[in-house]
Amino acid sequence: METVDLRGVTCPTNFVKAKLALEDIEVGETVEFLLDDGEPVKNVPRSLKADGHKLLGLKETDGYYVLTLEKGE
Amino acid sequence: MANPKIDLKNLKAGGFIKERGKDLFTVRLRVPGGRLAVDRLAKIAEVAQKYGKGYVHLSVRQSIELININFADFDQVVAELGEEQQKVASCGARVRVPTACGGCEYNPNGLVDTQASALEVDAKLFGTATGHHKFKVCFAGCPFDCPKSAINDVGFQGAIWPTLDADACISCGLCAKSCTEGALAMGEDGKPVFSAENCIYCGDCVKVCPTSAWQVAKRGYSVRIGGKWGRRPLIGTLYATFLPEEKAVDFIATVLAWYQEKAEGAGRVRLGDIIHKEGTASLLERLRVDFPEYILASTIPPQIVDTQLPLKG
Ligand code: SF4
Ligand code: SF4
Ligand code: SF4
Repeated sequence: METVDLRGVTCPTNFVKAKLALEDIEVGETVEFLLDDGEPVKNVPRSLKADGHKLLGLKETDGYYVLTLEKGE
Repeated sequence: MANPKIDLKNLKAGGFIKERGKDLFTVRLRVPGGRLAVDRLAKIAEVAQKYGKGYVHLSVRQSIELININFADFDQVVAELGEEQQKVASCGARVRVPTACGGCEYNPNGLVDTQASALEVDAKLFGTATGHHKFKVCFAGCPFDCPKSAINDVGFQGAIWPTLDADACISCGLCAKSCTEGALAMGEDGKPVFSAENCIYCGDCVKVCPTSAWQVAKRGYSVRIGGKWGRRPLIGTLYATFLPEEKAVDFIATVLAWYQEKAEGAGRVRLGDIIHKEGTASLLERLRVDFPEYILASTIPPQIVDTQLPLKG
């Protein structure tokens, strides 16, 4: 599974980067995003969900979050 | 003696305010909710250029005011503004133009359609004579309350009641972290536990939940009554929760009727001061007739903010 590190990237650039990363993978594949606490973790997951992707998990690890997501249509 | 060229009907609801200079008036325009089409704005600019001082003033309640209008030009000003359906506002002891924030259409915080509410109140209640004093209404989209609902005679604040679909929850903990009011904590089973008594109906949990496990069970307005600012400020207090948006006009009309009746003979007194005199129970009881499911069992009187002069002691 691919991991995309979006730590240190602010809103909304992190969301745009996540979208670009998703363009390179197939529908149904899963990918991991690393997100900073605060605004990034509040905004990016729900924006990606609104784009039609499936959120499989979101866990806090050492001050940042790991978002696991399955690419939707 | 009245100038025969002036149609006095235009002056009836007010909105023409005497300035310092001879024959000069400020004309306050009606902009409910502070939103207006740019065509109207362009017309206002044109009129201000032609008859006014070449600038306008934005009133603190979202109205545009034309400055330095000669009273001999009133009819022309009203007619030309009318070409873009721009009307003149009110002043005096009447229901004023309602104010509102952007609401929910494009603003991510908004929980209700404040703009629609402001337009509806403006269409149905604007200019109603109270018989006593001014009457201000405002609509805030959420508990951040940028329009300051508690300093209006009747102030509305958008609200939602959250409900959890535990099966959709992936235990990320974001909702508990985002709830600044201590209404959510993560339980032993990895699902959020809701403490209803701390909830302020802000909807942050619904907005932040990545899987939509938190959903909206109820939506409407928290309604505060009896507020005002000025020399003797009062903070309006809570009377109703989750009042449906479509009931706002009738609700205000009921408060207005109570005010008109109870302030009879009291002179120029605001609603909040009448509540102080009559007690909250009477108003609660009146509201309960038509809005039983939304009215609180009890409330406190408008709160005095004793920070004004004169100096104490
Ligand atoms: S009251 Fe809420 S919805 Fe309205 S402008 Fe403020 S934050 Fe936005
Ligand atoms: S609505 Fe607001 S106060 Fe209530 S639980 Fe959700 S985040 Fe907390
Ligand atoms: S934000 Fe949603 S998914 Fe995360 S813990 Fe709260 S309810 Fe569960």
